[in-house]
Amino acid sequence: MDLSNYLLMKPELSLTAVFLLLIIYDLFASDKTKKYYFPVACLLFLVHTVYCFFLLKEEGTSFGGMYIAGQAQAAIKCILNVGVFMIFLQANNWLSKPDAIVKRGEFFMLTVLTLLGMYFMISSGNFLIFYIGLETASLPIAALVAFNKYTHESAEAGAKYIFNAVFSSAIMVFGLSFVYGACGSLYFDNLAISMFSSPLIIMGMILFLAGLFFKISLVPFHLWAPDVYEGAPTNVTLYLSTISKGAAVFALMVILYKVFPLLSGVWTDVISIIIILTITVGNLFALRQNNMKRFLAFSSISQAGYIMLSVFNGTQFGMGATLFYIFVYVFSNAAAFGVITAIENQTGKVNMSDYNGMYATNPKLTWAMTLAMFSLGGIPPTAGFFSKLFVFSAAMEQGHTILVFIAFLNTVISLYYYLLVVKAMFINKNSSPIECVSTDGYLKISLTLSMAGILLIGMVSCVFEYLRAVSFGIW
Amino acid sequence: MNILSLFVLVPVLMLLAFIPCRNIKQVRTVGVIGAVIELAMAVVLLFMFFAAREADPISEMLFVYDAVWFESMNIHYSIGVDGISVLMILLTAVIIVTGTFASWNIDPLPRDFFMWLTLLSVGVYGFFISVDMFTMFFFYEIALIPMYLLIGLWGTGKKEYSAMKLTLMLMGGSAFLFVGILGIYYYSGLNSFNMLEVAANGAIPIEMQRWIFPLTFLGFGVLGALFPFHTWSPDGHASAPTAVSMLHAGVLMKLGGYGCFRIAMRLMPEAADELGWIFLILTGISVVYGAFGAIAQTDLKYINAYSSVSHCGLVLFAILMWNQTAMTGAVMQMLSHGLMTALFFALIGMIYGRTHTRDIRELGGLMKIMPFLAVCYVLAGLASLGLPGLSGFVAEMTIFVGSFEHTDMFHRVFTIIACSSIVITAVYILKVVGKILYGPVVNDHHLELTDAVWYERVATVGLILCVAGMGMFPGWISSLISSSIHF
Repeated sequence: MDLSNYLLMKPELSLTAVFLLLIIYDLFASDKTKKYYFPVACLLFLVHTVYCFFLLKEEGTSFGGMYIAGQAQAAIKCILNVGVFMIFLQANNWLSKPDAIVKRGEFFMLTVLTLLGMYFMISSGNFLIFYIGLETASLPIAALVAFNKYTHESAEAGAKYIFNAVFSSAIMVFGLSFVYGACGSLYFDNLAISMFSSPLIIMGMILFLAGLFFKISLVPFHLWAPDVYEGAPTNVTLYLSTISKGAAVFALMVILYKVFPLLSGVWTDVISIIIILTITVGNLFALRQNNMKRFLAFSSISQAGYIMLSVFNGTQFGMGATLFYIFVYVFSNAAAFGVITAIENQTGKVNMSDYNGMYATNPKLTWAMTLAMFSLGGIPPTAGFFSKLFVFSAAMEQGHTILVFIAFLNTVISLYYYLLVVKAMFINKNSSPIECVSTDGYLKISLTLSMAGILLIGMVSCVFEYLRAVSFGIW
Repeated sequence: MNILSLFVLVPVLMLLAFIPCRNIKQVRTVGVIGAVIELAMAVVLLFMFFAAREADPISEMLFVYDAVWFESMNIHYSIGVDGISVLMILLTAVIIVTGTFASWNIDPLPRDFFMWLTLLSVGVYGFFISVDMFTMFFFYEIALIPMYLLIGLWGTGKKEYSAMKLTLMLMGGSAFLFVGILGIYYYSGLNSFNMLEVAANGAIPIEMQRWIFPLTFLGFGVLGALFPFHTWSPDGHASAPTAVSMLHAGVLMKLGGYGCFRIAMRLMPEAADELGWIFLILTGISVVYGAFGAIAQTDLKYINAYSSVSHCGLVLFAILMWNQTAMTGAVMQMLSHGLMTALFFALIGMIYGRTHTRDIRELGGLMKIMPFLAVCYVLAGLASLGLPGLSGFVAEMTIFVGSFEHTDMFHRVFTIIACSSIVITAVYILKVVGKILYGPVVNDHHLELTDAVWYERVATVGLILCVAGMGMFPGWISSLISSSIHF
């Protein structure tokens, strides 16, 4: 066995090193040194994040095509790293609570472990390793969702998540067995060659896609999302809605074009219908929510629909638009959830009606939230404007005019509910608004980072141009 | 650096300068200095434009600057102006200066108010200088969103409802618009957002034009208060604070007409020829219906908002006529309506600030109580009903002469129908003037009220000078316009 195979897997190796160091530290540190656990964990992850930026140019395959390292894969890994880093920074206050402080280590370890699973999912060149990555990514999340095990909602959400995750995995593997039975291979490259159109394969593909759609929470496979998002600890909700979704979207995009290009006639129709359903249902349900986490759950369902618009475009531009959308979405959601975390930790309030009149007492948090809402709603000059328009252009390029039109009208609906949050904070009167929330330094860094991202990565065109340029080598 | 970029840069710098402001005096200082700089720049631009036009009578756009923004999408930060844009920039600058004076004592949160107002002006200036359609759309959307908070926070009456209605309707319009722009991008065969390039070499197939033209015309038409989509305008204008009504009716609604002309008509003349009649009917309804609507209203702001629907309908009406004279009239009407509507809203704001009512049934005899404001109101009214010597007359005259140039029955009939709005306008203007200015004093408390103070006088006199100036000396304006459009 040639050990040089491993050299390509530097991001995974580095992440594994972070994981092991975290375990060792947690196990062997004395109580006195353990109070530095949080900064050390963040620092370790920061080192890993920075290191991954140096690996952006690595390319190649190893283990006979099982593992693929490409520039697009490296880029999406960096995007996820940045997102996870921001999530870590936001978690300090929550993890310092007496209930959570004893298992602080677990939060970091489990998160890093799921990220490792996503890395394998992203870089897979074979359904086997894809499936292992997917499972590694899902199962620890269930533990994370149930992290606040003494609160009823969290435990319930954990149970809901694990049942859905296992069920969707089962459906997916069932579908894969059809494909394997018909084509005789699990390697993406071989499958692409031996693929043919038969009812068996189409059935297998549909089952496989259904399983993956569960992960991305597209309608009609979205029913688990709102309850889980609401029950999970806020930082974990952020992780679920951005990182785990982003990785799954990327994997889906790669597989669609690598393995099933021959059946594009079938899945184009399927995905078109699902996009319309997802965007509309997500938007309509978001209109009536009062709990902010539930509200953002539905918003993230509709956002997933928008991402899919460029996923099934199939050109380099479409791929770039997808990556860019995920990148922007990570920043926007990080800002929104950062504000929610800050307020929830101090006051325990998560309802939109609690935010009434917040501008008088917490102007900075209000601005952060406003920017996040504008970015999610696609209002310039935030990055969300550009990401939405590129996604629409990508779909339009393929002639899906009606689809773009419906999606665009839906942005008007979505704007309505995003503005409701802005309205609550700025306009609504409240005799007892949320008192002045003091945020810790880490959260401040995270919010500043996400706000800078929201304002800059759209206007500064090189980000998009880079992502588009690297999207060349996906298949 | 290109002078046009400064128009966007100065407001952005103003935004930064507002951040450290602590009290209303500092906010006013920054606001006034910034707005005056913009006005000075606009005047300088006007003279520079005359000089440059002399030197280069051929190019369509002058002061052109082009920088690649998103290379893969062929999006450029591409700017340039012709005579029409120069006039629009001048109009914007005048209204922002007067609007700043009109919101001298804005309360609460003066800093935030001016910041959103300045962001709005970034969008408006950017829109008028853009040649690239994507950049144009970008600025267009920037101009729309501050409206929500400006009306929702500082407005009066059912402000939350109006703010949401206005924002969503305009955003819905921009949905039409952007699909249309993408259609132009992909189907003109050029993969270019540059409207000059598309106008010069683009061949959008007629089948495509048939659906792109309605999309873009409707998209901009919503902002220009085109008939079934005008309903945001009365509510929005009535609820907005003074400066915002001024800016919105005075400038933002012009974005609609400007866009219709620049994108919908310029780039798709064949479809405009074919489908223009549908929109001509709609604008005809706007003109007459808006005027009748104004008669029935009792709230001063609603009266003026409906009159705006009527007058802006006339702009779109003239654009659809699509000949040299009518287009000149359309642009003149944009200027004239912008100025006099801003004047109206400023005066209404001042009257409302004193009497705390805008209901004409509760007002009377203001000529005795506040003669300065009342005289200004009469002047604004006369401009609106088209008294020769004031701006309304030249604009409407040009439009109707231009429209009548069409020899076919359909256009002529609609011209005559639209002409009737002049009479109806006279009815509601004179009715209001007679009732609130010359009628008996209705409320004795009003007798204690005072006349305009200095900053209010600055705002109103500035606007009146512009209205009268335009009415007395329309020659240079029409030559500036006609040098920019050729048929």
